[in-house]
Amino acid sequence: MNPVNYLYLAALLFTIGAAGVLIRRNAIVVFMCVELMLNACNLAFVTFSRMHGNLDGQIIAFFTMVVAAAEVVVGLAIIVSVFRARHSASVDDASLMKL
Amino acid sequence: MSATAVHSLWTTAAVEPLNKIPAPHIEYTQLSPVLIVIGAAIISVLVEAFVPRKGRYVAQVFLSVLALAAAFAAVVALAAGGYGTTKAQIAAMGAIAVDGPALFLQGTILLASIVAIFTFAERRLDPADHGHKVDSFAAEAAAVPGSEQERAAVKAGFTTTEVFPLALFAIAGMLVFPAANDLLTLFVALEVFSLPLYLLCAVARRKRLMSQEAAVKYFLLGAFSSAFLLFGIALLYGYAGSVSYATIARVVDGAVVSVDPALADTMGNDVLLLIGFAMVLTGLLFKVGAVPFHMWTPDVYQGAPTPVTGFMAAATKVAAFGALLRLLYVVLPGLTWDWRPVMWGVAIVTMLGGAIVAITQTDIKRLLAYSSIAHAGFLLAGVIAATPSGISSVLFYLGAYSFVTIGAFAVVTLVRDAGGEATHLSKWAGLGRRSPLVAAVFAVFLLAFAGIPLTSGFSGKFAVFKAAADGGAGALVVVGVLSSAIAAFFYIRVIVLMFFSEPKADGPTVAVPSALTTLTITAGVVVTLVLGLAPQPFLDLANQASVFVR
Repeated sequence: MNPVNYLYLAALLFTIGAAGVLIRRNAIVVFMCVELMLNACNLAFVTFSRMHGNLDGQIIAFFTMVVAAAEVVVGLAIIVSVFRARHSASVDDASLMKL
Repeated sequence: MSATAVHSLWTTAAVEPLNKIPAPHIEYTQLSPVLIVIGAAIISVLVEAFVPRKGRYVAQVFLSVLALAAAFAAVVALAAGGYGTTKAQIAAMGAIAVDGPALFLQGTILLASIVAIFTFAERRLDPADHGHKVDSFAAEAAAVPGSEQERAAVKAGFTTTEVFPLALFAIAGMLVFPAANDLLTLFVALEVFSLPLYLLCAVARRKRLMSQEAAVKYFLLGAFSSAFLLFGIALLYGYAGSVSYATIARVVDGAVVSVDPALADTMGNDVLLLIGFAMVLTGLLFKVGAVPFHMWTPDVYQGAPTPVTGFMAAATKVAAFGALLRLLYVVLPGLTWDWRPVMWGVAIVTMLGGAIVAITQTDIKRLLAYSSIAHAGFLLAGVIAATPSGISSVLFYLGAYSFVTIGAFAVVTLVRDAGGEATHLSKWAGLGRRSPLVAAVFAVFLLAFAGIPLTSGFSGKFAVFKAAADGGAGALVVVGVLSSAIAAFFYIRVIVLMFFSEPKADGPTVAVPSALTTLTITAGVVVTLVLGLAPQPFLDLANQASVFVR
């Protein structure tokens, strides 16, 4: 199969993730959409790596996974602490500070 | 098929391929500033784990300040050894550049971090709670605000000394960020300094719900923007077949003539280049807080603990502008005609947007947040110059701006009432009558923000606008001066409020700080005045440091 198709898939997944971040209201779901965007990046990296015939892209995908894992640790810690304080993980409820 | 051929299907000779992997070559001396800070951060985690609770605060403050001072000494030694000028080189297998701008910005970040760490360590502003000294950070960040667990933690005198290792990790990331010489290092450094900052935002002692809200907003938007940055990196990798800055620059210039026909669709495809570059730029402009990627700035600056706000406002801006400069000047000089119009637009809306919206603010921390957005616009004007004097003026401006910012936020921590810091502007009325010294110091910082002559703000703005005008961006300078005038209005308004209005009966009190915060504020004032009265030696230093290594 033509590897370019995987690039289209990566772009599609990235768009779905970005749309999810903008549309969904639950912080956990928003965060999952960000993770989807990162995984779309991974797919693009691996595809380009295959097309260029060098391994850089595959190595970068590993780095991205580690960074995404670290981000999960930090993100869930923050979201859970907010949820415990407010009994809600909705990003609309977090509105103490406004213009 | 012979027996050996079949056998070789599931076995392989072990020794030979292993020998062929060359060990990477790491220049430990040139990387020593970063390595010292990372090492200290790791030791500081161990301190957190093994030192008894009573001794942790002293151990952490001592370790942090010592490590940052040692790293600064290493930067100075490298610069004195000529690594900033004649011996500029690329270290760590092409990952990190050791050159003038990198060393200058690393030195700035380290000095700013040292004075910021002093404000982290301040424990005399709040009255002692249950006989224990308290700082700006929650007794136990994991406890639910207002819960029994939190009261028990306060009673036991816990403090969040974890802020020191977190700050050290953030500083390590910031040191790498402006020196990153490939896009992967850029991304990893971005995350290394962002993730600890998200956590630092969430650990305020007072107004904890607001602090957690700031952290959640910063985290979600920050993760969103770094996903954009990463996808942009993927596209640039597809474009050039490498993430190294030098290789991408060569492909942009068309120096790579032999393109594999199988790669004709991707290699050197301008669509990938332009979209990828736009996405990487989005990620970086988010970090510097430029309009239209500034929406997180006011909320995060307001909600985060004030010492963290000061640290973040100064050091993040320095690191992010360093990375932005390197990206635009090293990777994309061949695209200057494409990125300049875009950056023109961003700079204009950033300067005007920041200055105009700041007028309507009623909270001092939000006001400073919008002022930092406007300053990002002024810095972008220098970036756009695309000349060597553009680089040196931005370097100088960053050095001047970071000390003013940390000093200003340190003053904000002093003005307090029963609920902690009194950040509403109405409470600052008449402060100059009640404590003339603090009000005068804050006035100096505000005048520097406004760019009044004899302060560092004026020298910085003058250098940046002069570079922009010489670089052919005259219209941008006009917009910059106009928005400086708008910005001066609300800075002066705060000064008028402090000195020429009657103090309220239930107004805030000014806490008497310990030597730590006093030192921070003094450093801020001294740097502001010295860079304002005698800027030339520092301008010369920035000039010498303004050549990127390729």
